Amino acid sequence: MEQEIHPKLYLYRRIVQAKLFIDRHYAEHIDLSQIADEAFFSKFHFIRLFRQAYGKTPHHYLTQVRIDNAKLLLVKGYAVADACFQVGFDSTTSFTTLFKRHTGLSPSAYQARELQRLALFKANPLRAVPNCFAETHGWKNSNIR
Amino acid sequence: MISKVTHMCVYVLDQDSAYEFYVNKLGFKVHTDVPMGPGARWLTVTPPEQPELEITLFPIKEGNVFDADTAKTMVELVKKGTFGAAVFTCQDLMATYEELKSKGVIFKKAPTKEFYGYEALFTDDSGNWFSLSQMNTEK
Repeated sequence: MEQEIHPKLYLYRRIVQAKLFIDRHYAEHIDLSQIADEAFFSKFHFIRLFRQAYGKTPHHYLTQVRIDNAKLLLVKGYAVADACFQVGFDSTTSFTTLFKRHTGLSPSAYQARELQRLALFKANPLRAVPNCFAETHGWKNSNIR
Repeated sequence: MISKVTHMCVYVLDQDSAYEFYVNKLGFKVHTDVPMGPGARWLTVTPPEQPELEITLFPIKEGNVFDADTAKTMVELVKKGTFGAAVFTCQDLMATYEELKSKGVIFKKAPTKEFYGYEALFTDDSGNWFSLSQMNTEK
């Protein structure tokens, strides 16, 4: 069935391998040639097929993965520069620019907002839960504020 | 006028296992994960490109929501795959299908052509099933 619908299934498998390679190695100094090599494609053929499968270029996807992982580090309290280098960016300037483009906030503003949100939930967990759920769980009448 | 869905609920057998499945296999983002007193946890995740929709991973336990009999029945029903919980979409079904399969996600139906595009069905770690679809782009 799969082969009938998609006779080029082997191409999909190679594209998926390349995507998973990015997911595993985003923090290293990988570039497009390495990723294309991983999938046994020429660069241009690879970009075209990757965009067809994921709606963005491999480079754009790599940036997205790095930003997503930087967000997780920022929420854990990492300094902006540490988060930047740990996810594979070379410069805090380009990191800050890309971060802002993707999230609409600078890394430090994002970190402040998220830490404030977490502190609020820690102090009062019911702030995280819609009232209907809190009531049916019986949390409203417990010691949880 | 109702405008949007902000929260939906998926009943799961175990929240730790559901976290592993939804976050590390499906690639969903954790929206909120806070303890709600002894043995209780409010855990919501969002699809990667839909951060405004919180999916509550709701454990089936005896308590305020379920009495003992209902909890037992619910566990049995979820385990046997009674509930279809949602329809997800993706840019390219074959790529997503291959990726999720490589991560150990179990499909109860491989991709098939439908009048609106392509569809496959997978189950989560509890037994809930989901449609994974790719819609036709041509008008």
